[in-house]
Amino acid sequence: MILVTVGTQLPFDRFIRIVDEAAPSLGRTVFAQVGRGSYQPRNMEYAALIDPLKFDELIARTELIVSHAGIGTVVMAQKFRKPVILFPRRAALGEHRNDHQMATVAALEGRSGMYVARVAEELVALMKRPLDPPLTENEHPARDRLQRAIRDFIENDR
Amino acid sequence: MTDAARPVEGHVPRRRRVLAVASIGGHWEQMLLLRGAFEGMDVTYVTNDVRLAQREGLSPCYAIDDTNRHHPLRSLRCAWSAMRIIAKVRPDVVVSTGAAPGLICMVVGRLVGARGLWVDSMANAERLSGSGRLARRLAHRVFTQWRHLAVEGEVEYHGSVF
Repeated sequence: MILVTVGTQLPFDRFIRIVDEAAPSLGRTVFAQVGRGSYQPRNMEYAALIDPLKFDELIARTELIVSHAGIGTVVMAQKFRKPVILFPRRAALGEHRNDHQMATVAALEGRSGMYVARVAEELVALMKRPLDPPLTENEHPARDRLQRAIRDFIENDR
Repeated sequence: MTDAARPVEGHVPRRRRVLAVASIGGHWEQMLLLRGAFEGMDVTYVTNDVRLAQREGLSPCYAIDDTNRHHPLRSLRCAWSAMRIIAKVRPDVVVSTGAAPGLICMVVGRLVGARGLWVDSMANAERLSGSGRLARRLAHRVFTQWRHLAVEGEVEYHGSVF
């Protein structure tokens, strides 16, 4: 199964339409969380919002996540060790307040298990390719350092 | 009990009380990845749906309305929840990974002397989030998760969730 998500905040009709139009050629079932958009998918099952607990179950079962470039999905994909394709929202198309998702994908591109598509053709091509899940990382030095700094602030700052 | 056996007042430091505030979605997921920082402390979580905390076995957790600067009425409701929660918890420190409700809790926390730490979301790779920019004035310290966004004396980089 392929799980498609736009997050809880804003719809993303352009993205959902691309995936919906490609869905019949993917050879896998597609389930999409589409937000409160106006485009109605015809080729895949969908829901506006998914209960957070149900969402966990879906991610655990899916083979691939296709998503707007939200950090929530990126973290979930890492946690459940699923490959994720990120398709950033564009401010110029009214898809978000600013282009921070473009910066997010630029910063994350090339990391293990993360794939980036900026245009429709790239997105469709990636969905048809077998994609590797993220490598298992047991050490997170950057996270450890951040945790230590937070702890220091709590314990020591005046 | 003799005097010698009685613990000396003030000798054993009281456990730190931390209020960890994060909105549903990426903010919350990042808070979960950072919760190791709170080990051995009394942590109270605040988010938009308490089941997010229950599913991780985290308690206590209080619910707060989500809001942003475009919704004054909701922000007011959020501030009211923040006041109730903070009056009850009396945190030493408020830590937030965003978004607006975290900032509101931080401001309310300051009224009762709680120090505030803002950890800007990793989603903001190009500039600090809107709430993060406000936090530069409202929090005691502001952390970014991107080295290139650090500003000497104002915004610190120490690492990132991944």
